[in-house]
Amino acid sequence: MISFILNDTTIETLQPAGMTLLDFIRYEKRLVGTKIGCREGDCGACTILLGELVDGQMQYLSMTSCITPLINVHGKHVVSIEGINGSDLTPVQQAIVDESGSQCGFCTVGFVVSLTGECLSRKISSYDDVVGAVDGNICRCTGYKSIERACNNIHSHLKEKDISNPIPWCSKNKIVPDYFNRIVERIEHIKPLPQSIGAVTIGGGTDLLVQKHDDVYESSIQGLFGKKGSIGIKVSEGKCSIGAITSVSELMESEEMIGMFPNLFNHMKLVASTPIRNSGTIGGNLVNASPIGDLTAFFLALNSSILIQNNNGDQRDLFLKDFYRGYKTYDLAVDEHLIKIQFDMPRENTHFNFEKVSKRTYLDIASVNSAMSIILSGMIISDIHISAGGVAPIPKYLAKTRAFLLGKILNEKTILAAIDIMQDEIAPISDARGTESYKRLLLRQLFWAHFLELFPEKFELITLKSVAQ
Amino acid sequence: MKNIDSNSHVKGTSIYLDDIPVRAGTLYALAYDSSCAHARIKKVDYSTAENYPGVIKIITHKDIPGQNQIGGIFPDEPLLAENDIHFWGMPIALIIAESEYIARKAKKLIKIEVEELPVITDPREAREKGHLIFPPRTFQMGNMDSAWDQCEYILEGRADSNGQEHLYIETQGAYAFPMENGSIRISSSTQGPTAVQKTVARVLGIPMHKIEVDVTRLGGGFGGKEDQATAWAVMVALAAQILNRPVKYAVHRMDDMRMTGKRHPYSSDYKIGLSKDLKIQAYEVTFHQNAGAAADLSPAVMERTLYHATNTYFVPNVKATAYCCKTNLPPNTAFRGFGGPQGMFVIESAIQKAANHIGIKTRDIQAANLLKEKDEFPYGQIVKKCEATNAWYATLEKYNIKELEEEIDSFNKNNVNSKKGLAIMPICFGISFTNTPMNNARALVHIYQDGSVGISTGGVEMGQGLNTKMVQVAMHELSLSSDRIKIETTNTTRVANTSPSAASATADLNGKALEIACAKLRERLLECASNYLNIDLVELNLKDQVLYHNDTKTDLSWDQLVTIALADRVCLTENGHYATPLINFDKSIEKGHPFAYHVYGTAIIAVTLDCIRGRYEFDYVKLVHDFGLSMNYAVDIGQIEGGLVQGIGWMTMEELLYNDNGKLLSNALSTYKIPDIYSVPKIVDIESLNSEGHELAIRKSKAVGEPPLMYGIGAYFAIQNAIKAFNSNYKNSFDAPFTPEKVLMALYS
Repeated sequence: MISFILNDTTIETLQPAGMTLLDFIRYEKRLVGTKIGCREGDCGACTILLGELVDGQMQYLSMTSCITPLINVHGKHVVSIEGINGSDLTPVQQAIVDESGSQCGFCTVGFVVSLTGECLSRKISSYDDVVGAVDGNICRCTGYKSIERACNNIHSHLKEKDISNPIPWCSKNKIVPDYFNRIVERIEHIKPLPQSIGAVTIGGGTDLLVQKHDDVYESSIQGLFGKKGSIGIKVSEGKCSIGAITSVSELMESEEMIGMFPNLFNHMKLVASTPIRNSGTIGGNLVNASPIGDLTAFFLALNSSILIQNNNGDQRDLFLKDFYRGYKTYDLAVDEHLIKIQFDMPRENTHFNFEKVSKRTYLDIASVNSAMSIILSGMIISDIHISAGGVAPIPKYLAKTRAFLLGKILNEKTILAAIDIMQDEIAPISDARGTESYKRLLLRQLFWAHFLELFPEKFELITLKSVAQ
Repeated sequence: MKNIDSNSHVKGTSIYLDDIPVRAGTLYALAYDSSCAHARIKKVDYSTAENYPGVIKIITHKDIPGQNQIGGIFPDEPLLAENDIHFWGMPIALIIAESEYIARKAKKLIKIEVEELPVITDPREAREKGHLIFPPRTFQMGNMDSAWDQCEYILEGRADSNGQEHLYIETQGAYAFPMENGSIRISSSTQGPTAVQKTVARVLGIPMHKIEVDVTRLGGGFGGKEDQATAWAVMVALAAQILNRPVKYAVHRMDDMRMTGKRHPYSSDYKIGLSKDLKIQAYEVTFHQNAGAAADLSPAVMERTLYHATNTYFVPNVKATAYCCKTNLPPNTAFRGFGGPQGMFVIESAIQKAANHIGIKTRDIQAANLLKEKDEFPYGQIVKKCEATNAWYATLEKYNIKELEEEIDSFNKNNVNSKKGLAIMPICFGISFTNTPMNNARALVHIYQDGSVGISTGGVEMGQGLNTKMVQVAMHELSLSSDRIKIETTNTTRVANTSPSAASATADLNGKALEIACAKLRERLLECASNYLNIDLVELNLKDQVLYHNDTKTDLSWDQLVTIALADRVCLTENGHYATPLINFDKSIEKGHPFAYHVYGTAIIAVTLDCIRGRYEFDYVKLVHDFGLSMNYAVDIGQIEGGLVQGIGWMTMEELLYNDNGKLLSNALSTYKIPDIYSVPKIVDIESLNSEGHELAIRKSKAVGEPPLMYGIGAYFAIQNAIKAFNSNYKNSFDAPFTPEKVLMALYS
């Protein structure tokens, strides 16, 4: 039986584990403040907060309830707008009213919930953080300027936030009701679900519940979400390993990762949105096998390997680049799971860059993405790995381009010659994300961008352009 | 005064269609729609689906007791397909089941055999083949034949603008309850309750008085629920009539996107001629409107394109022709601006092309041709209370255009990887329904025994702040505080025969009707007081809920006045009716005075292009807008910011994609992108034009819903100017939206 706390009420339900949290909230519990906008995690109208016990405190993250399966909230605290409302407006609600940040009102609740989640976070909230909290909320009426003003207003409230004890601080300041202070003791009473084997394995659910909503509803579920504890992100002996169930947000905030990739925040900011990053997992992105998976592109360029385990506990390793077989097919048996991903830590002279272009810069799927890691000895390319998404049936590891570049002197001529090889190595198709010719041009540009970003003193766009002509 | 709905919005207690408590016995509807765009139906097999447990009935056109017809302007659109399929997503049958889930399962079990027919998605192809919804119309002024001789510069070209998905965050939906004696009550997420009522009556074969349509509010409309909310309401009403059970349909986002029409794509040819002094002497334009598979509102949208073909410029010789082309797309429909933006995009393209050809700034041509008092529009209306020049120069001076241009030039000199571009977009938008008879409204006001007031109008609240403005009107007229006034749902039994909430005119029309009703009640109360106190009526007035004798407060409060009036058996219910004066239009000569007034403004927009990747960000939009005397600045600013960003979306990232078979490829929020918080201009500066307003605007506060969308058109030209700064080989092409794809291809063309 799935059990959790919904706002101030403990829930025990026999509803299917694959039912969406949204349907449960709205139609089983008649809490209709949470709205249905798109049912694919792309609008944020259904945003809820999911509270989890971490180091003795509740940690709240925003998620889109439309693609959160019920099983993922077992043992957690689910907060909908009804669980935030008090007798008066909260400072978050008041800010939106005062700045006219609500017009038709349909998206508004999602904004309130996301912003309340930011207030509850155990960190300093800059203005950019407050705005970032609504990066997954779409509004069609306001043009967002009034919402920006509301964010600014909320930011000024948060200057006093007690970041070591945000929940008591928030309840004292009427950002959330008092009952939040008593959730920890209540949540501890909920026993974990027994380990189950199910027909469908679900991590965050951010893809399966979009693509196969009804199938998931009907199936037995093996839930993986929230079981990261044993692996997490570890660095030792020159290797970094990341548990498959690590969420994108955990990756993005990992100090180990930021240490290795100083631009990580900017790279990951291009991936999905805050609520999706909070629930979507690394492993999910890899086994989704989408040719434009952002994390796939990221890890391919680190020449990562993956560890796979079957139900008997047998394990095997293989390179991520060898995992993909064809469009959405890969080397994984029915009884096998992805356990973790590993890569050699970048060395001091390793340069890494990630690029992505989509129709909308944020909260969009790439037209083309690419990552590159490169090691130079003087000006000689001593090692290089390049990935490209959106240009082939699989997430593409550019092996031929790498082979060509190895040992070459890094200069404009080399780059341009490599592009010819690259263009032969890819096979983009025209679709909703762009025409074939665009994707070819864009990959060239992103390849240039790697060098322009990593070696700004050596390369200039104008030279590359003129040499190319 | 803040939006009065915002308190319940932020608490999630505002009620939308899907939030209405579900009655016991409710059934759920799901349309079975076509998976091809043009075909003849040979056979549909419903047998397996009908037998699926929980399926109550599958309704087809054969079950319709009245007419299988939902066309608003022309009767050319069946509710459910009979023999032919005309667009991908056309409803063929209606599955009624005990749950949405069951209905979805059953839908997959329906089998269809069709004979596919050639699909047309391009309006030019439709015109060539003679597939027009109705004959073309032409607006003319001056003498085209001699006009070209006066021109030093003559340029021709083509301009295309794509459609736009409304993407109201609340999808379409309706919920019908059978009432006694064959009556039906429908809750609908519609901008046009009367259209729903009338169409349900027609399809169900019962009189309009048996249909009650009720609307609390919409989670966004933008025109997409003006005509296209009707089909869903008719479906649930039909099922409720047949099954005598409540029936609900809240449409899934992907179904909504696939099955509903959008802003019309246009493909246009222009020819523009200028004399040496940069005066536009002649402008000839042919619009090909992609109407989709049925008329819907296309004829009216096309008409507004013609009205706005010359935007805010005076052109002495004009010939504008429009073709309403029938294609195999879902019937396209109203969308904020209603054809106006499409018309303006073409003349702005023509001006940009001419400026580039001559080698001058685009704004030199724009400035030389702005409308002036007593100029004539090509449709015969004489320009009065013109603010075109005022708005233009107010903007350029207020924001110091020269300095802004210098900033851009200097940035472009010093940067290689990114370039900036700037454009100016002046607008002029006519206010009124172009169909003169629609310009009327009514308001019903009750004063209850405790002095509280209930107001019904024909207007629908959809985020535009109508309820707030109506409260303000009543507060002003009755001298009451806002907590004494309630805005009721919009309901066809309280206010009948209404025009839809559209054309930016809802607050004007309904507000004026409300003013009339409130004024009558105020007069009546004052008469009671006059009799009661034996004081001359002219010496009495109401202020702050108290009766005043000249400037002296009396002992009589509003509540006491109400008690006195009721004791006198005075009627404290009043109906106000308003019809816009002066307006007229004669279609036989295409001349008249169709608009109550015009709204003006000018915006400067600047963009920064990432020339490596083809991405762009808007640095700022700085504009001066003609609010008249804004009655609610916060609400009006919200309309400007929202309209502007929607317009920028239309010109940039919002790309509708149909394949050659007529299938919508951009069919979800993952493939159709609207602006998020990071894609809006970093700065939006809005200043109010110093103007006196217009007496036909509600309290001289000019209509504000649609005009600001057209400021967004400037985004296209700003991007184009930035591209030119990077790539001198770039040749202007006018094909909106300017997606990152088109930008990158242009940077390296």
